[in-house]
Amino acid sequence: MVLSKKLWRTPLDTEKISLPKAEITIQPDLCKGCDFCIEFCPRKVLEKSDQLNKRGIYPPKVADESKCTICGFCAAICPDFAISVTEKKCKEGCEDEK
Amino acid sequence: MKQTERMTQHPLTKYLRSERMPHIWCEGCGNGILLNSFLTALDELKVDLDKIVVVSGIGCIGRAAGYVNVDSFHTTHGRAIAFATGVKLANPDLQVVVISGDGDLFAIGGNHFIHAARRNIDIKVICANNFNYGMTGGQYGPTTPLEAWTTTTPYGNIEHPFNLVHLAAASGAVYVARWTALHVRRLKDSIKKSLQKEGFSFIEVISPCPTIFDRYNKRGTAVDVMKWFKLISNVKHGHDPAKTEITKSQIMVGEFVDVERPSYGRLLRDMTKKVQEKLKEKKAK
Repeated sequence: MVLSKKLWRTPLDTEKISLPKAEITIQPDLCKGCDFCIEFCPRKVLEKSDQLNKRGIYPPKVADESKCTICGFCAAICPDFAISVTEKKCKEGCEDEK
Repeated sequence: MKQTERMTQHPLTKYLRSERMPHIWCEGCGNGILLNSFLTALDELKVDLDKIVVVSGIGCIGRAAGYVNVDSFHTTHGRAIAFATGVKLANPDLQVVVISGDGDLFAIGGNHFIHAARRNIDIKVICANNFNYGMTGGQYGPTTPLEAWTTTTPYGNIEHPFNLVHLAAASGAVYVARWTALHVRRLKDSIKKSLQKEGFSFIEVISPCPTIFDRYNKRGTAVDVMKWFKLISNVKHGHDPAKTEITKSQIMVGEFVDVERPSYGRLLRDMTKKVQEKLKEKKAK
């Protein structure tokens, strides 16, 4: 079935509100390569890196940081304290600063 | 030194002895997730780090006491609760947390567990359950499921396992919960709740053991095991702990018991006061 009618509307305050931007910090040498963060990220922000780390495994790397909603599940499920997510502090280069 | 520099980037660094990182646990082990949830709970509650003591026994998860940057105690096999009882009674102002494994708490330390729960001593027990003795090479333990393959049960296990939450609830714990390593947020909330509660609380964390138990039993990688947990876990708060056995098709998780009972420490202090008052009266006569 093809929906001809749009079932959602654009929120009225879209232009006023700026979405928080995520800053994902990965410490590749602490990673042991369990892949929980890649597998359980609800927005599929992370992917496997193509560079080996010190341990000889492929750590995760950020594929698309703009998709991240800062749910922090990757940081919460990481057994090795190798990944953390914070909100990006808006300085220069960050548009619509309020 | 280099490692310390690297660790400073993580928000939980101040709770960890960063010179000991990275820890020895295998890739995909649930122990790291348990420690992560525990430290996040401490961070969110803003606990005074001088007022908390972590006690652990022997086993993989026993290393947790060495990794947390608070006063901690790595005790002899099975005696974590016995040591914790002493710590709590000697200094009631301290918050005492026991982080230990299923083999340590329920095999050699089984009696300490049930009697601490019966007395309702004000300690928080967090148990990482990986269904076997992982550190020594995968021998069967009191929680190994029926028919599971371990190094000491090469034809399959024929002993019935303990249902840990049922045991804790029947022994008299005031707060009993079970989560898998995948339920990180709920586990963290449970730890927070138990830290704010007076009395003996018990939280079981079903943990993957991808190097030993899951490999022997052909459950695949750590990610496969976690997906399996996701598939078969069933959240039911307030469910009867007697009906929460772990089977191949279902792991019942949730908060099963949350009741109020005066703790041993409180009763002890009240009794001491009473006796001292009586003595004073006697002397006055």
